[in-house]
Amino acid sequence: MTKNLKSLTVTLGCALSTFGSLAAFAPAAHAAAGALSAQDAWVRWLPGDLPAAGYVTLKNDGDQPVDLVGVSSDAYGMVMLHQTVSNGSTQKMVMVHKATVPAHGTLAIAPGGYHLMLEKAKHKIAPGDTVNVKLQFSDGEALDTQFAVKAPSGQ
Amino acid sequence: MPLTFAPSLSTLRARLACGVPGLRRAAIVAGALLLVGCSPSGEPWQLTNVSGHLPDLDFVLTADDGQPVTGASFRGRTTLVYFGYTHCPDVCPETMARLMQVVAKLGADAQKMRILFISVDPARDTPQALHAYVGAFDAQHALGLTGTDAQIESLARRYRVAYRMEKRDADGNYEVTHSSAVYVFDAQGHARLLATDHDTADAIAHDLRRVIYDTA
Repeated sequence: MTKNLKSLTVTLGCALSTFGSLAAFAPAAHAAAGALSAQDAWVRWLPGDLPAAGYVTLKNDGDQPVDLVGVSSDAYGMVMLHQTVSNGSTQKMVMVHKATVPAHGTLAIAPGGYHLMLEKAKHKIAPGDTVNVKLQFSDGEALDTQFAVKAPSGQ
Repeated sequence: MPLTFAPSLSTLRARLACGVPGLRRAAIVAGALLLVGCSPSGEPWQLTNVSGHLPDLDFVLTADDGQPVTGASFRGRTTLVYFGYTHCPDVCPETMARLMQVVAKLGADAQKMRILFISVDPARDTPQALHAYVGAFDAQHALGLTGTDAQIESLARRYRVAYRMEKRDADGNYEVTHSSAVYVFDAQGHARLLATDHDTADAIAHDLRRVIYDTA
């Protein structure tokens, strides 16, 4: 299961890096094409090579729900969508394959719920930096999103 | 090596609602049954009151400077204990971030308290790793502690902390399922309060001041 998603992420990463470089030259057209947007994107930086969490609010102005189905970044070797699940007094993280952004609604990828698990940083990343994360959706749309890297306390 | 110490905090908290039937019913109506604690003076605590239900702060562990440390080292200060692990990008840092807000709200009173981040993943959390982790939050008020498997296991059992190593992935990485409650011990080392994910920084700071100044 884990292995499959990893290869999926790698595949998406390759596909998107081609796509992303094209999209960079036409950001306005790209934004107008879809009903999705990303807001308040940030990464909670942790020291050393510890995995970090990425958070973002996704907004869907369309009439149909859309699933977030793939995540990748040129700054991290591995990016996964995780969810923290509570069971009584304990909590665990599970990997999920999609998260739905409701029609005319928002999906908060926020602490204690969904988060992007960012691992294997490809270069030194520090609070104050921004990292690019590509979000791929079930309707074929992709959002090239800048995440602000913040100190662990969230400031 | 899977380790579990459940049922734990949820059962304890269920037993800790005030013992007056009428009050309990009122609390149910208020939708806050498990969060209502009662202090001798009558003013309810905002956090869960565990006075008399959990043992005093007592352990032998290794601090993030590599030196041995015991529960007695923290007598004289209100002590917050959180069991977590550094390879935990969501819940653990979010809890630590909330405690940093508490430190800010306490202002000068924060000098009278310490936050202990005790690892439930001693295999990966070396003193050095913990030092970097805790220091990234607040090296002044927070300290990372680790120990042998047996030391951590015994401490977790003492405070009914449930934790379990999950299956390793292809890279050998693994998650640790664990309790996310924060334990509050007073300056004499007595267990006093339990804060959960649902308790705000304001609520924690409010009750901590009462413990620091012993105005229960």
